[in-house]
Amino acid sequence: MRFALLAGLALGLSLSVPAAAATGDQAPLKEVHWSFEGPFGTYNRTDLQHGFQVYKEVCAACHSLNRVAFHTLSQAGGPGFTAAQMKAIAAGYKIPAEPNDKGETVDDKGNPLTRPGSPADYFPGPFANEQAARAANGGSLPPDLSLIVKQRAGGARYVYSLITGFGEKPPADFKVADGKYFNPYFLTWNISMPQPLVDGQVTFVDGAPNKIADEAYAVVTFLAWTSEPHLEERHQIGLGVMIFLIVLSGLLYLTYRRVWKDAH
Amino acid sequence: MSGQSTYVPQNGFMRWLDSRLPLVRFAHDTMITFPTPRNLNFWYAFGAILTFFLGLQIVTGIVLAMHYVPNANMAFDSVENNIMRDVNYGWLLRYMHANGASMFFLAVYVHMFRGLYYGSYKAPREILWILGVIIYVLMIATAFMGYVLPWGQMSFWAATVITNLFSSLDQIVPHLGSTIATWLWGDFAVGDATLNRFFSLHYLLPFVIAAVVGLHIWALHVPGNNNPLGIDVKGPQDSLPFHPYYTAKDAFYVGLFAIVFAGLVFFAPDLVGNPDNYIPANPLVTPADIVPEWYLLPFYAMLRSIPQKLIGVIVLAGAMFTLAFIPWLDTSRVRSCRFRPLMKQFFWLFVIDCIVLGYCGAQSVDAVRFGIPLVMVARVGTAYYYAFFWVLMPVLGLLETPKPLPDSISKPVLGAAK
Repeated sequence: MRFALLAGLALGLSLSVPAAAATGDQAPLKEVHWSFEGPFGTYNRTDLQHGFQVYKEVCAACHSLNRVAFHTLSQAGGPGFTAAQMKAIAAGYKIPAEPNDKGETVDDKGNPLTRPGSPADYFPGPFANEQAARAANGGSLPPDLSLIVKQRAGGARYVYSLITGFGEKPPADFKVADGKYFNPYFLTWNISMPQPLVDGQVTFVDGAPNKIADEAYAVVTFLAWTSEPHLEERHQIGLGVMIFLIVLSGLLYLTYRRVWKDAH
Repeated sequence: MSGQSTYVPQNGFMRWLDSRLPLVRFAHDTMITFPTPRNLNFWYAFGAILTFFLGLQIVTGIVLAMHYVPNANMAFDSVENNIMRDVNYGWLLRYMHANGASMFFLAVYVHMFRGLYYGSYKAPREILWILGVIIYVLMIATAFMGYVLPWGQMSFWAATVITNLFSSLDQIVPHLGSTIATWLWGDFAVGDATLNRFFSLHYLLPFVIAAVVGLHIWALHVPGNNNPLGIDVKGPQDSLPFHPYYTAKDAFYVGLFAIVFAGLVFFAPDLVGNPDNYIPANPLVTPADIVPEWYLLPFYAMLRSIPQKLIGVIVLAGAMFTLAFIPWLDTSRVRSCRFRPLMKQFFWLFVIDCIVLGYCGAQSVDAVRFGIPLVMVARVGTAYYYAFFWVLMPVLGLLETPKPLPDSISKPVLGAAK
């Protein structure tokens, strides 16, 4: 029985290897520890709010976040904005408006009509479409960030290593392609994104330290939340379920021994 | 069904019902008094565990289908925006369903290895075994189509790779394979039509599985369970009623298995998943490594180890169909490996072989470990897989001198106390 569990675990572990092995020559990811790791992990509210600010002021220039709705910013287990703060954030974005009473979608000058965002809206992207995004980024498409932490082998550590992994000197025999930047954590080492963060780039509202590492840690925490918004609920319910199942199995074991007492 | 029915209707209504539709009698005979060998060990609990997971997959799947949209433009969003974010406990259902499939396969592999080890496929249980093989093949088909539904990068490319296997038939009859592939896709490539039919079949097949499970249990209840000693039940002293003895024992092991399952669902839901499947399907971008789910990796390794596509496909399909012939490939008169000193060693070597093949399937095609290209390891592994069934099973049965069998289950060793 214990053997079976171990064998199962060993099987599971040996099979989870491919993702890591597929990264080839990538530099080993930086050792970072997160508040949301482990079975009791939770998101740090301050990091989430700082991270949101970094996304809004830096990443959002090129990257969309189109699976995240404004109302989730004040949802339990999220950045912990108040409902009023969340509505103010939403209202700060311009959303393409629905046709007005006359059926118009553009104003007198031919510009598309917009309206302020509401809690039910999703973060609007920086570009109208993929072609516009590519045209503005030397032909490359900045990926949507809603699921970025779950989309990459290495998860949060990968994203952190990548955005703090600029500025290193490439090996002598490696040629950085035209219009690309060297980043040893990126699969091909040639990344289209220029270094996104520098020390002091974002001034946090509460005056918290804002070195690259602080900014990156905060924004990766925020993106981990956008990838897995129900993580805290999952950990919380999981704890209850585990306690229940362990007690239940204990009782089932006693039942089993009792029933079999005179059968052996 | 061995033994006569001992069911006695308790009142007038039950007597009336019993003479018209003896449903309660059937349940009583199959689930309560059914005589079960008294020496079934832990490895026999996996039948109950599998039944539990089949039920769980169907229930979670039906609810997921209420929120899922089988449309190439909307499928990924319906999973990642609706089910994973907005639907109440949608994330829980989805993680249970995805990890439930893994646990289902883990359990079925233990169940199959157990059957192999104790010779449960041998007469008079050939049909029981073959029904099991049919269930396994149906499970693979269901799991494969289910994996396509979230319409992520791995979903799309797995569907492309697997359906393209059929096009290898072009080498036998020109255009035959590509015609079949086009027919399967409902289009000239994997697309919306493919996704729709996969969803339809993914919803249908679990009920077909449930029906074959019904036959499997029926075929089990005619000769009764095999047991770790592999000898027949010789009388009432060798068996116990299924309830409460095995209901209690199985319930405990289902509980233990559920703990492992909950550990995955709540604390490592993406452990066996592939990060690429969180990227929406894109027919223009091929992932660096297309890898199936872990439970299909050994077969994937076999396929990739053969340089010629058609032969690779034949080897892959043959590996599954071989299982159906085992009852006649094994020439030994002794069922259980406990009394087969040689077979026992080759059996464990076979288990290791399957794990090594799985490992090879998970690595990139050109991977090298300890100076050995894994494709060579996979070739040796494939050869042993076939040799185990087609050479060792028939030959060992004739060459091997089995250890003496005990007289009966209740006296496993001659003269010793039970």
